[in-house]
Amino acid sequence: MAVIEKNKAIEAIISVMATDLKTYLEERNRKNVVIVGVHTGGVWVAERLHKLLKVKDPLGELNIAFYRDDFSQIGMHPSVAPSNLPFDVDGRDIVLVDDILYTGRTIRAALNELFDYGRPASVTLTVLVDRCEQELPFKADVVGTTMSLLKGEHVKLTGPKTLSLVTK
Amino acid sequence: MTVHKNLQINKEGRLKHFLSTEGLSRELLTEILDNAENFAGVGERAVKKVPLLRGKTIANLFFEPSTRTRTTFELAAKRLSADVLNINIESSATKKGESLLDTLQTLEAMHCDMFVVRHANSGAAHFIASLVSSGVRIVNAGDGRHAHPTQAMLDAFTVRRHKGSFSGLKIAIVGDIMHSRVARSEIHAFNTLGVKELRVIAPKTLIPAYMSALGVKVFHNIDAGLKDVDAVIMLRLQNERMQGALLPSADEFFKMYGLTEKRLENAHPDVMVLHPGPINRGVEIDSDVADGARSVILEQVSYGIAIRMAVMSMCMGGSE
Repeated sequence: MAVIEKNKAIEAIISVMATDLKTYLEERNRKNVVIVGVHTGGVWVAERLHKLLKVKDPLGELNIAFYRDDFSQIGMHPSVAPSNLPFDVDGRDIVLVDDILYTGRTIRAALNELFDYGRPASVTLTVLVDRCEQELPFKADVVGTTMSLLKGEHVKLTGPKTLSLVTK
Repeated sequence: MTVHKNLQINKEGRLKHFLSTEGLSRELLTEILDNAENFAGVGERAVKKVPLLRGKTIANLFFEPSTRTRTTFELAAKRLSADVLNINIESSATKKGESLLDTLQTLEAMHCDMFVVRHANSGAAHFIASLVSSGVRIVNAGDGRHAHPTQAMLDAFTVRRHKGSFSGLKIAIVGDIMHSRVARSEIHAFNTLGVKELRVIAPKTLIPAYMSALGVKVFHNIDAGLKDVDAVIMLRLQNERMQGALLPSADEFFKMYGLTEKRLENAHPDVMVLHPGPINRGVEIDSDVADGARSVILEQVSYGIAIRMAVMSMCMGGSE
């Protein structure tokens, strides 16, 4: 296990992301914004973006355990906190935040879950790290940093207070 | 019982069948409660479904009549996106003389993935679990006097939602302990989950002799038994028990053991009252209590769906 980015660097990346995200939303006239983080790492990044963008509505959290496509292979995942979207999803401009974009399967699951809560006006995908190896047709709208890793290598965000990116 | 223990758990130690709360670890019972916590929110969304068991078929096999248990199992399966078959045994081939094994094989040939079984004979669910082919899962929805594990878990879930944890709690189970599969499953569940003190309260004729060996305190006087308890679980007094001279009359039972507001004054001020239903007003519980602020009887019904979703998805997700 090796630490590749430490707290300060990550916080700096996130503040650049916040600026990019703001521009991105303004350019597209997406004003009815709520932020939703995907458990667990995505929520930590989302918390910071939520603060930086001064979004009025509380932060939403998605636990995609019930929407995973590998359930029949590996069964239930150990559960983290339940999904909690403390606002009406209908007509909102959702900023969907995850820590690592890899195969895109998490995003597929998160979108499916999101649409079971209602019909958002738009979804803006925001990720801290893009591994650029998607297996599904998803492209992040706002990216903190890109990273290319060898097959079998994994990158993980650890937190929640001090964020680090570690590989193993 | 070692055979039964192994039957419920797969090689990786995960839940395979859910037959009894006996012999399952605290970690596993807690995992059921934690998963149910996540499923509890699904019923409040615009789309009250998750796609977890899409393409799976679940058959409700009820050899004994039941409304709330069968309905909540059905709703739970549907909220997991499974297809549900309700087999009404009363009007099925069993009535025409088909054996249980033949009925099961017929359903297996229709590619059912799970059977939810209620049967009047103790051990029926274990028996079926030992017969079905390896890909099929069994959930016990009540077998004779033996076990009703999902009811015990939903009661534990209801208690945990209100009280936060189990370690400091005194819980009393009141009524017909002798014939109650709910009581037996609850005793194993609450003891495994680590309650501080578990009591049973009933007349001598309705408490089996081995009770104290299960780690419970036995009371024959309800006022003494209710002292300082945090939760009271009332059991239904089954009318058919009157005939065996175990009880003089329903009125007499209410006088001696019926739960009234007055009797509850003895308990902890924040006491909660549970009942697996159906309730007999004026027999084991007074209407004022059943409809009162301390009653969580209707909450139990809603939580029953979440618990059954958790158990079904855990059993279906594990390997053989």
